[in-house]
Amino acid sequence: MKEGQPRALGSSAVLTVPAVLGLGFLVGPLVALLLRAPWLRLPGLLAEPAVVDALRLSLVASAAATGLCVVLGVPLAWLLAQPGLPGRSVLRALVTVPLVLPPVVGGVALLMLLGRTGLLGAPLAALGVTIPFTPTAVVLAEAFVALPFLVLSVEGALRSADRRYEEAAATLGADRLTVFRRVTVPLVLPGIASGAVLAWARALGEFGATVTFAGSFPGRTQTMPVAVYLALDTNPDAALALSVLLLVVSVALLTLLRDRWVTR
Amino acid sequence: MIDRGLRRITPLLAVVLALAGCGAGADPGDQPRQLTVFAASSLTEAFGGIGPDFERRHPGTRVVFSFGSSATLARQLRQGAPADVFAAANRDTMAMVTNSGLTASDPETFARNQLQIAVPADNPGRVRNLADFARPELTIALCAPQAPCGAAASLSLRKAGISPEVDTYERDVKAAITKVMLGEVDAALVYRTDVRAAGDQVRGIDLPEAAQVVNDYPITVLKAAVNPQAAKAFVDYLRSSEGRDALVRAGFQTP
Repeated sequence: MKEGQPRALGSSAVLTVPAVLGLGFLVGPLVALLLRAPWLRLPGLLAEPAVVDALRLSLVASAAATGLCVVLGVPLAWLLAQPGLPGRSVLRALVTVPLVLPPVVGGVALLMLLGRTGLLGAPLAALGVTIPFTPTAVVLAEAFVALPFLVLSVEGALRSADRRYEEAAATLGADRLTVFRRVTVPLVLPGIASGAVLAWARALGEFGATVTFAGSFPGRTQTMPVAVYLALDTNPDAALALSVLLLVVSVALLTLLRDRWVTR
Repeated sequence: MIDRGLRRITPLLAVVLALAGCGAGADPGDQPRQLTVFAASSLTEAFGGIGPDFERRHPGTRVVFSFGSSATLARQLRQGAPADVFAAANRDTMAMVTNSGLTASDPETFARNQLQIAVPADNPGRVRNLADFARPELTIALCAPQAPCGAAASLSLRKAGISPEVDTYERDVKAAITKVMLGEVDAALVYRTDVRAAGDQVRGIDLPEAAQVVNDYPITVLKAAVNPQAAKAFVDYLRSSEGRDALVRAGFQTP
């Protein structure tokens, strides 16, 4: 194979066939969903109070969760990217745990910490603060599963950023916080943005941790994925409508990411 | 040298091992015949004891249960999930299955259940009756309205004229009582059988409306049953004196 020569399509059936199968496998269910959706009834279904409530709650909670992820995650990523950090690999492994943990387990763990009889939850309850079954619980559950996405994305951006700008700023007399604020963050803003969009997408789709930790109450804690699951049993058309809506939102989020994610 | 050889063999090994795994259970000679029962989650403990009893009486048959919200199970059956028997917690969810033409015969009622208020053992909310469900400061769990337990709960609350301050609608009765056992809610409306099954962790409080809102549990053999003989035998066993005793011990009433 000469360098720079365009590869002919179909030059390897061994590769093309599984690739096409893989594409079909990913796209097929989505096409089926769009074909089976009750398009004529969609406006009416999407105007139902239960659907509007779920949509509003999902958007607000996922935005709040993303905000929380940025506020906590960017400094955490900065910490992880510090050269010479002791135990960095252990810390990074810990940060990655919610990525591989089954979401329901995450919900159970949050209950054990912040539930009424939980480690922190019990003293909080004594002070009159209960977290489970509130919209706050939804935000926390979503942030728990979404934070690793943001941290790892920003950490990657930080590590590949040019340290010399930060060093230059430091030698010019800026303190660490100013360096972070005026030099580091603008440098890795694309990484923060793509991490935030990934976190937002993950938060929007979160189900297991939310339903376990926050429960399900229409308008208060019943997010769109939970609403789809419950509607499936008794109102399949509403479930389909919600599913199509979630699909559209997800595709829109992906379009936001677009080249940034692919060419990073 | 060895490294390259290993690298060549590993994918082959993986395929062989996977196929071997598939093949392991394929010999029909010594496999027990399987009976798949979809049952409402409130039947978990009762069927947990009845299953092994049935297997002892029918050597060679293995009973496998799938417990869940009757509404969810009905939906799964309509979407093609394979099962031999369906035991629901009320007539409405069974109707979802019969109306789709999936049942081999008319469902029969094999048990009855009543609601009870469940509170954590120490009753932190000082709950005494159904009226307490209207107190906004308490954390209350109900079953989702489409679950039989949720439908019965709504009916009971309506009969009592109480507008509850609900904090969460759980997908089935076991999820609701688990929240009570964890101490996360002050009270939930579940079945007597669930309170009994939860033992010391939970205290049950009777409600007068319970007797007016009794759930009939229908059971049926499914048309697509792979093992219709065992399915019929299982249904018959539940109506036998041993089966009825086991159900009564769990807290059910028998017709």
